[in-house]
Amino acid sequence: MSFVLSEDQQMLRDTAMAFARDEMPVTHLRELRDGGANGVDAEMRGKLAELGFFGVLVPEEHDGVGLGMVAMGQIMEAQGRTIAATPLLQTAVIGASVLILGGSEAQKAEWLPKIASGEVTVAVAVDEGTHHAPLNVATEAERNGQGYTLNGAKRFVADGHHADIFIVAARTFGEAGQAHGISLFLVPNDADGLSVQALNTVDSHGAAHLTLEDVAVSEDHVVGAVDAGWEVLEPALDRGRIALAAEALGSAQAAFDMTLEYMQTRKQFGQLIGSFQSLQHRAAKMFTELELTRSCVAAALSGVDENRNDVAELASLAKARASDLIHLVSNETVQFHGGIGMTDAHDSGLYMKRARVQEALLGGASYHRDRYAKLNGF
Amino acid sequence: MAFDAPEDLDEFRTSVRDWLEENCPPSMRTPLKDDEIVWGGTREKFKNPESKLWLERMGEQGWTAPEWPAKYGGGGLNKAQARILQQELRKIRARPALFSFGLWMFGPALLEFGNEEQKKRYIPDIVKGKTRWCQGYSEPGAGSDLAGLQTKCEDKGDHWLINGQKVWTSYADQADWIFCLVRTDKTVKHEGISFLVFDMETEGVEARPIKLISGSSPFCETFFTDVKVPKDQLVGELNAGWTIAKRLLQFERSSISAGGFGGTGGSGILPPQEYAKQHVGVDESGRVADGDLRARITEHLMYSKAFGLTVQRSTEEAKAGQEVGHTASIMKYAAAKMNQDKCELLVEALGTDGLGWDGDGFADDAKKATRGWLRSKGNSIEGGTSEINLNVVAKRVLGLREHQ
Repeated sequence: MSFVLSEDQQMLRDTAMAFARDEMPVTHLRELRDGGANGVDAEMRGKLAELGFFGVLVPEEHDGVGLGMVAMGQIMEAQGRTIAATPLLQTAVIGASVLILGGSEAQKAEWLPKIASGEVTVAVAVDEGTHHAPLNVATEAERNGQGYTLNGAKRFVADGHHADIFIVAARTFGEAGQAHGISLFLVPNDADGLSVQALNTVDSHGAAHLTLEDVAVSEDHVVGAVDAGWEVLEPALDRGRIALAAEALGSAQAAFDMTLEYMQTRKQFGQLIGSFQSLQHRAAKMFTELELTRSCVAAALSGVDENRNDVAELASLAKARASDLIHLVSNETVQFHGGIGMTDAHDSGLYMKRARVQEALLGGASYHRDRYAKLNGF
Repeated sequence: MAFDAPEDLDEFRTSVRDWLEENCPPSMRTPLKDDEIVWGGTREKFKNPESKLWLERMGEQGWTAPEWPAKYGGGGLNKAQARILQQELRKIRARPALFSFGLWMFGPALLEFGNEEQKKRYIPDIVKGKTRWCQGYSEPGAGSDLAGLQTKCEDKGDHWLINGQKVWTSYADQADWIFCLVRTDKTVKHEGISFLVFDMETEGVEARPIKLISGSSPFCETFFTDVKVPKDQLVGELNAGWTIAKRLLQFERSSISAGGFGGTGGSGILPPQEYAKQHVGVDESGRVADGDLRARITEHLMYSKAFGLTVQRSTEEAKAGQEVGHTASIMKYAAAKMNQDKCELLVEALGTDGLGWDGDGFADDAKKATRGWLRSKGNSIEGGTSEINLNVVAKRVLGLREHQ
């Protein structure tokens, strides 16, 4: 396990941090929100693509840069710092991973260069209930002559409101709760029978509910083996969870820094509020949590690149701890700021709203604690 | 049996391996039993005779303190060699040859602040485990506010004269010598403290064990009545003892968070999830039947994992020459919380089996867990309370200011 960045990774980190600060500060998210863009910005997507951010996981032979998860984590952390809305998590991490891990040579050749160049965005549609439960896929994929017919519904698909391509998990065998029998299908957003209901979400990043009514897909749109999609989906989701943990870590760090700065400038009772011991101790505890979580995220990111056999455990560790961290820090940010923290004009509320989405997506702390315990045999 | 360490690291590894093969007695390659821990010093009884042999051999090599200079009896190894020694010791599961406040705390401070004569006089016996040291820091009126200490030290021309009382002096009744903070100037606080060492056999020194809630007595109250100390036993400059004290506290905190905690349970105690499975039962999928307890145990395990990864990360960052300190300063607080949570979960998972004190009817490991739980309450008090450590983080790391 490696905790120290290589020169390449450090350079990418610096670029990503500078880009987030200069091009996608929190005011940019405010502009998107107030302009009714629902988190979608085509121009920004182009800039991210120019920097090569979409191709970080994509191998060079498919026009990516193949720098790996540690590098991707630095970009996600930078994006988290300014709670920027980008399609990177779904497209560059989960979507790219599904294709890298399970795609046929033809699928890889067709889609990975388009992902790397930012030409297409992808959304992976798994959950059907209000809580992350990827085994509970019930959407049906019925075999017919040339391909499959999909029927079902997907809830709260991140980036679903502007994705070009969906990767839909559906059941070709068995019933909800079973891993065997889940298959993955590539579905373009203009497929007949697919309806996309855009959602206005609390974090202003947007999402969508999907309905699939007799959506026809051909055989060469199946990613991975039929009935064995789980073998591709689970590790791809783990990469997404780790990347999202890195993003949440960045948000927590930024919210904490903002709070610390306020403690050093705001006066009450003639004293800087940062000199009150009760607040100092809470800040020191948050700092401890931040540092512990940073280690977990770093371990999980490098665990993927090193192809370790405990990636699932590390992913759950990182996501559970990051979820708890951002929950704590975002609440404390509002409380430490007092009245100003309750106003829309102040950023602390935006961090708290994004925090709840970061927590819920791909499984919250409860989900990942349960999974961690199971992986440890109790 | 002097050991000539080869420059080449592969050769060094081979020679270490050969030496250990020949010199590490068989029973020293088994898990350490609580009653076979060797603290050294003139009162050491060596319950297991092989532990005496092991200490003598390791001490002769200087390998109880691998990186200390060879001229004071240390191993004289560089970092890379010391790491190899550590790896080879771990590989054969060798027991530590010596537990010692001299090794962990006093020795490192003396190497930094002592004069040549003092280093030559004290360090070799620390390395060989011949002298056992105790720490005279806290006083009844000076705990977290350590610099408020009052033990009086007067200059009587040809000697120092000491009067006062220390408390929480770990194993003072077993120690040969004490390193001690005393007040040499009443008119100033931090700048009026000096660092002295002396023999616990000196007339006027009395140590009385303090019984703890766990039933054990690792600590003493220590009284000094007209104790005469030779002038050359002052370490560092007069009135400049606070600097040494602070440095030594760093050594203490890092040795505590590196796993030197009392109350961890030690040998024979299973992890909390195992007791939960045995005593609470499991559901049809093998999960601990009490979902809430299971979740809290998992949370604790994840915290422990995060802690371990953070120790690893700060080690790597230090090696890469990056700024540390940031993580080091939170570790004592986090380690105390982690150990206390674990001890609470053990007792809870054991149910009424975790509520025994002594005698029959309770398993030995369960009784040990119960005593360990009581002992663990000291983790957030000793070596700087959690509150003091949070203050340090707030002020030194986060840069928050004092109340004006």
